[in-house]
Amino acid sequence: MTSVLETTTISPLLQVRDLKMHFPVKEGVFMRTGKYNKAVDGVSFDIMPGETLGLVGESGCGKSTLGRCIARLYQPTAGEIVFDGTDISRLGRKALMPFRRDIQMIFQDPMESLNSRHTVGEILEEPFIVQKIGNRISRQQRVRELLDVVGLPARSVTRYPFEFSGGQRQRIGIARSIALNPRLIICDEPVSALDVSIQSQILNLLVDLQKEFHLSYLFIAHDLAVVKHISDRIAIMYLGKVVETGLGESIYRTARHPYTQSLISAIPVPDPHRKSQRQVLSGDVPSPINPPAGCTFHTRCPKVMDICRTVPPLLTTDGQPVACHLYPGSTP
Amino acid sequence: MPEPLLSVRNLITEFDTDEGRVRAVDDISFSIDAGQTLGIVGESGCGKSVTAQSIMRLLPQPMGQINGGQIVFQGQDLVTLGLDHMQKIRGARIGMVFQEPMTALNPVHTIGRQLTEVILLHKKVSKDQAIREAVHMLDRVGIPAPDIRMTEYPHQLSGGMRQRVVIAMALVCQPALLIADEPTTALDVTIQAQILELIKELQAEMGMAVMLITHDLGVIAETSSSVVVMYAGKVVESGSVFDIFDRPTHPYTRGLLESIPRLDTPQKARLQIIPGMVPGLLDLPRGCRFENRCRFRQDHCTTAHPPTEMVETGHDVACYEWRTVVQHEVGTGGDSSRFKLSAIA
Repeated sequence: MTSVLETTTISPLLQVRDLKMHFPVKEGVFMRTGKYNKAVDGVSFDIMPGETLGLVGESGCGKSTLGRCIARLYQPTAGEIVFDGTDISRLGRKALMPFRRDIQMIFQDPMESLNSRHTVGEILEEPFIVQKIGNRISRQQRVRELLDVVGLPARSVTRYPFEFSGGQRQRIGIARSIALNPRLIICDEPVSALDVSIQSQILNLLVDLQKEFHLSYLFIAHDLAVVKHISDRIAIMYLGKVVETGLGESIYRTARHPYTQSLISAIPVPDPHRKSQRQVLSGDVPSPINPPAGCTFHTRCPKVMDICRTVPPLLTTDGQPVACHLYPGSTP
Repeated sequence: MPEPLLSVRNLITEFDTDEGRVRAVDDISFSIDAGQTLGIVGESGCGKSVTAQSIMRLLPQPMGQINGGQIVFQGQDLVTLGLDHMQKIRGARIGMVFQEPMTALNPVHTIGRQLTEVILLHKKVSKDQAIREAVHMLDRVGIPAPDIRMTEYPHQLSGGMRQRVVIAMALVCQPALLIADEPTTALDVTIQAQILELIKELQAEMGMAVMLITHDLGVIAETSSSVVVMYAGKVVESGSVFDIFDRPTHPYTRGLLESIPRLDTPQKARLQIIPGMVPGLLDLPRGCRFENRCRFRQDHCTTAHPPTEMVETGHDVACYEWRTVVQHEVGTGGDSSRFKLSAIA
């Protein structure tokens, strides 16, 4: 296997290097910037063509902010976002235009991300108009194709988003995201708002589309079971930092970081025979405005040591990188 | 056999909407024994929350009304009970926890004021005594520095802490029944684990019964001893937690169990799906409500809703075709090794 990888050099589609997104926090009567919300604080990873990277973490860990930085909905504070060889982290509006075609986004709540005053036909045609592609006839032809690909009837063209159910609306959102033949789609909690029986329909659709169009996904979700199902590799985030990455199966079977371990043990398993051997984490996620010194997880960690309170751990460089002082290579 | 603590019999709850009257809960029956945990599972719009609101007599007014059946709690029918009597039961003998703790708490009053209000309303104690009880209760639900928290407002607490306060409010009068409507859905998974453990601990300590409403089959499997599965206003299957997970008999229950991604399923494998979607309450099918999505459908399924039949003692199903269903292995096409069906068939 390794020899194949060595001989055929596949370069990553996306390389994120030490990305930081610090939001200023305005305080006091004069609204001065005193502190920063370090939502994303030094994150690095790669996504290969056709690969799905799952990004898991609890609310406030910075996973959505990270996704929005890569889609360049935000201008990151520092770091590089190298897409297909070009660093897009500092590009201006005009220079970004071609990359907007290649990087698309699917949001959690399609009711909020679809314009409620536009028909589905108008919503799906808009990307082509913005990018000045085709004429009216060819655009409408493409809209019908898109509806067919995501499994919606052709008559949906004249309907409005509110006329559809949650699952169907998410199909519209997906159709819009694949309209311009993108290479990377950032899926931000795409199934969290859906009912169980609809969720599996959408997950199957995403897997089918990936195979058919050779898409790469950054799949952001808090549900580890869903993420593991769809992802090739998984990155676990806690308070703006990646604490562990690895293949989906190995993250689940041999989680190394104490946070990953407790995250996995916290998931309720739909099997009444299974005896719960849960490690319940105490306390809440600390505020990213004033994160704990050292390892940011030390306030909740069941295996905390003295060094954790002062020295921030580094991601190891072995097969399943982990940022935890329990592992050699993590302590600087 | 002792009387169940709560017994819902043929309950019908309807709503008046602009488009006409809809039946959100249609002729459902189930019961809960003292100290037991009953899980009610179903997707949005199946009527599980309306069932809880009916029991608490907290239906949105004037649209919602109970138009049939009985809700017998400790020998009293709550449907016909006067509102002043109902108020004495609510919060004292039946506690309730909602999904979104911020909406259950009053944002302009301190935690302490809201907690003592409940105690003073239901118990004949002095204000000082009420404050002492409130602090004690906050301590029991695991809130650090409870006497300081008493003086704080809901927005000063995290989501998990707020839900602990709501649980403290629901349990401060030691109710015989706790109704928890999606108590952990808005919370992160590590906080969810804390809250579920807390409810379990307090239940063991206080001996109350819990009616847990959720869409999460994992939560049901870990907490409940009995399960009621609802679909479009009807109970389609009920039984012990082992009946439901090991020997699911209704096609909908099976569909739910098969369609969830699990940590132990192979990556990117095709998930089983339930085709189509839940019918709207305004245009329900005449026959079985699941008929248009069901792979076991026969002609008679479309004419009338199937009666509830007994599969085994304590395990009931509303499906004409259940005898055919049980002969099919669960998860055909997917990974079927998890399920053992030999017990019936």
